[in-house]
Amino acid sequence: MTNILLPTPAPLLGRKAWSLFLLALITVGVLAPVFNLLVPAGSAFHLSDYGVALVGKIMCFAICALAMDLIWGYTGILSLGHGLFFALGGYVMGMYLMRQIGRDGNYKSDLPDFMVFLDWKTLPWHWTFSDSFIATLILIIAVPGLVAFVFGYFAFRSRIKGVYFSIITQAMTFAAMLLFFRNETGFGGNNGFTDFKRILDIPIATPSMRMTLFVLTSLTLLGFFLLARWLVGSKFGRVLQAIRDAETRVMFSGYSPLPYKLTIWTISAIMCGIAGALYVPQVGIINPGEMSAANSIEIAIWAAVGGRATLIGPIVGAFIVNGAKSWLTVTAPEFWLYFLGALFIGVTLFLPNGVVGLVKKLKGEAQ
Amino acid sequence: MTPDLMEDGARIREARAAKAAPSGQTESGGRTAGFSRIATPGEVDVTHGRILYLEDVCVSFDGFKAINNLSLDIAPGELRCIIGPNGAGKTTMMDIITGKTRPDSGTVFFGSTIDLLRHNEPQIAQLGIGRKFQKPTVFERLSVFENLELALKTHKGVAASMLFRMDSAQSDRVAELLHTIHLTDSVRREAGNLSHGQKQWLEIGMLLMQDPKLLLLDEPVAGMTDEETARTAELFLTLKGKHSLMVVEHDMSFIRTISEIVTVLCDGAVLAQGTLDQVQADERVIEVYLGR
Repeated sequence: MTNILLPTPAPLLGRKAWSLFLLALITVGVLAPVFNLLVPAGSAFHLSDYGVALVGKIMCFAICALAMDLIWGYTGILSLGHGLFFALGGYVMGMYLMRQIGRDGNYKSDLPDFMVFLDWKTLPWHWTFSDSFIATLILIIAVPGLVAFVFGYFAFRSRIKGVYFSIITQAMTFAAMLLFFRNETGFGGNNGFTDFKRILDIPIATPSMRMTLFVLTSLTLLGFFLLARWLVGSKFGRVLQAIRDAETRVMFSGYSPLPYKLTIWTISAIMCGIAGALYVPQVGIINPGEMSAANSIEIAIWAAVGGRATLIGPIVGAFIVNGAKSWLTVTAPEFWLYFLGALFIGVTLFLPNGVVGLVKKLKGEAQ
Repeated sequence: MTPDLMEDGARIREARAAKAAPSGQTESGGRTAGFSRIATPGEVDVTHGRILYLEDVCVSFDGFKAINNLSLDIAPGELRCIIGPNGAGKTTMMDIITGKTRPDSGTVFFGSTIDLLRHNEPQIAQLGIGRKFQKPTVFERLSVFENLELALKTHKGVAASMLFRMDSAQSDRVAELLHTIHLTDSVRREAGNLSHGQKQWLEIGMLLMQDPKLLLLDEPVAGMTDEETARTAELFLTLKGKHSLMVVEHDMSFIRTISEIVTVLCDGAVLAQGTLDQVQADERVIEVYLGR
């Protein structure tokens, strides 16, 4: 029998990819703070606060797009409810930030302003741990994770698939939005939370705090990218792709798809929740609008524009779409939604593998 | 006597039997004696000479009786061919055995002890029943190697998959199997780019990776060239004895090459059984299947 050279497992990142990764790490960890905080405002190299805020926000979205890629691109489960997990993480963070306001609110009360306004005397039960930062960090992971786990368990156990699953997730986030709109729910109704003053007793609106949040967000994004690479590079990731391509064959190969789907679904939801928690202190507001149907659909659009099942694609897609959004909503606000619609149709028709797919194709033709 | 006590007693007796040199006195017809053996979970008990039993199985879909009082059994190491006209219930029967369809009534046993109706598809696959579909089903976007890697018999839980590394014994096995299914040159190719016949071979290879005791093969040579068909027949004949095979086919010359006993299904029940010549001579078979 001849000896066959079997493929060896691929490394986490190639040599070139590692150097790019390091470059990104230096850019966000060293260059951005230096150009923003140390270089004076008049200089050509100065990075404006607006730029920091914008990129910081987009990086939160990029984490969502990455999470969407794991569940949609690799496992073939299109979720149109990831906005809910993003908002849940954001709300947990928002509750903590509301408590940090302390007596500096309009009503000079220990309770958050909206509770005073509703004439509540004590904190509702679900605000119990909101003054502890440690508890907040745990809940940022636990709340979206638990919601996703319970929802996913019943949906996947009932073998709900394809478009039916997408519709149910859409209904889930819509129902949650209606719930959060109500004042009685205790999350500030349609105004949500805003007017944050401090985080960990440090004023939140200073340039250095903004930069800290920016660096934290970028490190989270890079960390999640490595985690996602490891997941899809392992046999676990190949089982996910197998579930996407031929689920019955997976079952007849002895794998139970339920734990696989549930694991990646919950990981994906937790990633979105963490993104939401990083987003809220940077933009300074969270309200039920984040749970709207359109927001969840947009996450899927970022992933599709960048290129599904590529990991880097959805991150690029989030930057392209949101960059275009922030530019167009200033220059031609009335055209933004037309542009988004046209972009989605264009990508679906002409770029089934997204921008990354296009680049790969062009590279392949050039060689 | 409580089951616990019975089990304890059986253990003691087994320990004693293990100590004493096998004298052959407790053997009955080449089998271990039937008293108080402990049923090991997951172990297929074939001491009664049958690996698969179906008895009085009925399934109906919206009033149509797809399987009607079907009774069938297969011996360990046997290669059984199943033929029958379209709609005879051949695929439905495989669906029942593999847990995809639940019968309305009847019993399905794997060995003497495992009730297949109490297990779901992944569990049945883990117990040692492999199935090839009518339409070749492989993981199109993964390479040939990755397809076989996923089928490999190992722990199939989430954590085990995350930390999985192929050891040398396993990669030897993959290499050997690649040789058997003639895909050594296509290790890195995406399975979706293989020819139809190659996909059939890959799927058979994936079944063999699981090291199943019983293989259910639904039209394994459909779409294969004559040469590929001949090689498949050769492969099946080498598998016979080590594994039990149940082959559904329409290709009569292929069946003639491989078959010992042929079962003819019609309207969800066994119509005739015997060698191919016997069943082809059977009046009823000629009427319903071969046509006049």
